[in-house]
Amino acid sequence: MLRRLIPHPLLSLALVFVWLGLVNKFTLGNLILGVVFAVIIPMLTAPYWPDRPKIAKPLRVIEYVLVVLWDIVVANVQVAAIILFRSNPDIRSHWIVVPLELTSAEAITVLAGTITMTPGTVSAMLAADGGSILVHCLHIDDPDGVRDEIKSRYERRLKEIFQ
Amino acid sequence: MSFVTELLIAISLVVSGVFGLVGSYGLVKLQDSLQRLHAPTKATTLGVGGVLIASMLYFFAKTDHLSIHELLITVFLLLTAPITANFIAKTYMARNLKESDLPDSQSSCGWSVFDEPPEQTADK
Repeated sequence: MLRRLIPHPLLSLALVFVWLGLVNKFTLGNLILGVVFAVIIPMLTAPYWPDRPKIAKPLRVIEYVLVVLWDIVVANVQVAAIILFRSNPDIRSHWIVVPLELTSAEAITVLAGTITMTPGTVSAMLAADGGSILVHCLHIDDPDGVRDEIKSRYERRLKEIFQ
Repeated sequence: MSFVTELLIAISLVVSGVFGLVGSYGLVKLQDSLQRLHAPTKATTLGVGGVLIASMLYFFAKTDHLSIHELLITVFLLLTAPITANFIAKTYMARNLKESDLPDSQSSCGWSVFDEPPEQTADK
């Protein structure tokens, strides 16, 4: 019964918190309305998540978020320095190909988003079978080093979370 | 409001202003669309983030009531910014690049804009 009512517990939980955040005031009425949304919206959107990912280690998610937030701050400073202090001919942009070990679509989406938000890299395209990801680097001296860092820093953590 | 909170609010506002300015300058300065993409996706996340932190601090100090809206804005921004960047990159590549301009995909198929996905044999 509970499984039928709440087929996607994480989504429902997130919806309750987002609703409480949006109204910005914790009252019983708001909580009930949030729970109503948390039941209705997963039902309506069920066709969009045919096989939802299993999150094996929820605590690792927090670690991952903190690592990414820190990297975003570092990325901001690095990219700002490149924009301000390098003349245009000095900026050497590179394509990097990162072969993927992740298989679930959700994990790859998170990885692509992370790559875009972090130091000097934008994820541009996936291989048609999802086997590798194309990354554009603003300015880089050592393309292989960046590829290895993406694999060891982000992909390894995501693999632990999703598998 | 104490001097320290005012100082913190001022610092985060100045930081965000600087990064917003640098991001916009990067848009003008860099040469092609793919390089330009780097400026707004990064330099502006801290730009917007700084304003949001300042806003949270200000309303917390003024009303003693923690405002969650700013956190939600940050979350939504971090979720949507990479998707916009990815769409812009893909559109640019489809219009302006040939498959030979890109490195090999090191996979059984080529890049998704230029190549068909493999036939789905069975459902996972």
